[in-house]
Amino acid sequence: MVKISIEHFHLTYSDGAESLRDITIDIPARAISVFLGPAGGGKSSLLRALNRLNDLADVRSVSGQIRLFGDNGQTIDILDPQTDVVALRRLVSMVFARPVTLPLSIRGNLTYGLEVAGMRQNNLLGEAVERSLQQAALWEEVKDRLDEPAAALSGGQQQRLCLARSLAMQPEVILLDEPTSGLDPISTSKVEASLQEIKNNYTIVLVPHSVQQAARVADHAAFFLQGELIEAAPGPNLFINPTDKRTQDYVEGRFG
Amino acid sequence: MKIFISQLFDKERLITRLIASAGYSAILFVLLIFYFLISEGLPALGEVSLHSLLGTRWYPIEEYYGLLPLISGSLMVTLGATAIAMPIGIGTAVFIAEVAPRWAREILKPLVEVLGGLPSVVLGLIGFLILSPALRVNLNLATGLTAFTGSLLLAAISIPTIISVAEDALDSVPRSYRDAALALGATEWQTIWRVTLPAARSGVLTAGMLGVGRAIGETMTVMMVTGNAPVLANSLRMLFMPARTMTATIAAEMGEVARGSVHYHVLFLIGIGLFMISLVVNVTASAVVFRQRKRSERILS
Repeated sequence: MVKISIEHFHLTYSDGAESLRDITIDIPARAISVFLGPAGGGKSSLLRALNRLNDLADVRSVSGQIRLFGDNGQTIDILDPQTDVVALRRLVSMVFARPVTLPLSIRGNLTYGLEVAGMRQNNLLGEAVERSLQQAALWEEVKDRLDEPAAALSGGQQQRLCLARSLAMQPEVILLDEPTSGLDPISTSKVEASLQEIKNNYTIVLVPHSVQQAARVADHAAFFLQGELIEAAPGPNLFINPTDKRTQDYVEGRFG
Repeated sequence: MKIFISQLFDKERLITRLIASAGYSAILFVLLIFYFLISEGLPALGEVSLHSLLGTRWYPIEEYYGLLPLISGSLMVTLGATAIAMPIGIGTAVFIAEVAPRWAREILKPLVEVLGGLPSVVLGLIGFLILSPALRVNLNLATGLTAFTGSLLLAAISIPTIISVAEDALDSVPRSYRDAALALGATEWQTIWRVTLPAARSGVLTAGMLGVGRAIGETMTVMMVTGNAPVLANSLRMLFMPARTMTATIAAEMGEVARGSVHYHVLFLIGIGLFMISLVVNVTASAVVFRQRKRSERILS
């Protein structure tokens, strides 16, 4: 089942630094899709187009179509200027490369999104806090100090908190932009484990920080090079049997 | 070769000494000022009884040295200015840093800096010629030279300071905080109110403190527009009556006082009081900044 369909998507920045050309790809629901490729290939730009965070950057032109098929049967035209961006971002959540804890307590970080969405009942908020922390494999470590500032957590814990914060919103899609690039191997494996845990209920799009990570977690993989989608394939195919020479060179470590 | 090295060494040492003496002299000057203030001001405590100093009448010619009218005048004018300047200053800073499009920001920022460089006499003149007659007519007052007039002008003086410091603080909040809040489905306004402003809290507080410091120390403007009547401010209504601040008292009377007289010593005592107030404000401000630094260090570690 397709969750997000991207058709003929073009994007150019004002300074011409980086752009995406004619991207067409389907992102399957309830699975981990991986965008890989060397830096400057446009992976993050594409990711940020999916919840319109690109609105904040100096984008000169965008064309094509990106549609999100909601669980309630509704289809959202993501690029349509009329689309309610705030509602869209509640459905399509994002975790960034560097853990960004908001200047609030641990609990405050988790309930922030729900509170701005209008949820006030304490028991519901409390449930959301515990559920999301457990999904992100952080509950055992922080359950006794939910009111401490989130900035006091270690880097790995902060990143799992960011994941939990996204999960608390119960979005349908979670975008992760190199979520483990600043983490040690143990924290990385914890994050990857919780991704495997939650992929049964969420659509996950991940920009990995290494080919190895891509190979470990990918249910579907797409290879981007200098703004073009070179190749996309389900499961381990892209890593075992790449059809394009450039993909092969990249996954075998000849460049990148 | 050996000579060359020793020459180089001498030059190095000379420059180090010059820089060191420049640094130490700054400390020396502050200590000297402090010493001078104390030595000229403290005798007043022996010459005038505490009871008289805490009186409500300031008539130096008849030897009434009550400081309360002056202190209350300063407080009233400063608090009024703060109450006006803080919301406007912080609001403008938020607008410039977060809301305004780039071209507007590029015009507004230098404009604010220019406003900050306006000499206070000029502002005083504007207040004297335009603001105070307007207030007299519109609020139906006996005179337009009131504490409120002074508050308005002091607010105008401290607003540029507040804006530029608060704007810097907001600007230094990492872009990623905003992205994170927006990615959680917060609106732009919710992001500013719940994330950006709290993250820049210490800097914004410092901006307020510096603004207050600026307002307390300001002399020229308040002397020109507050009417200079040393009356104790014992009700809110006094805000719309003439008042006299500590700074204006020193500036107005220092020129005509006999050197070494009681009056002269009391004026320096007022100076010590002002010194103490601005010391407290500055220490508080830097304590807040220090706390902020510790917090950011913790976040980075």
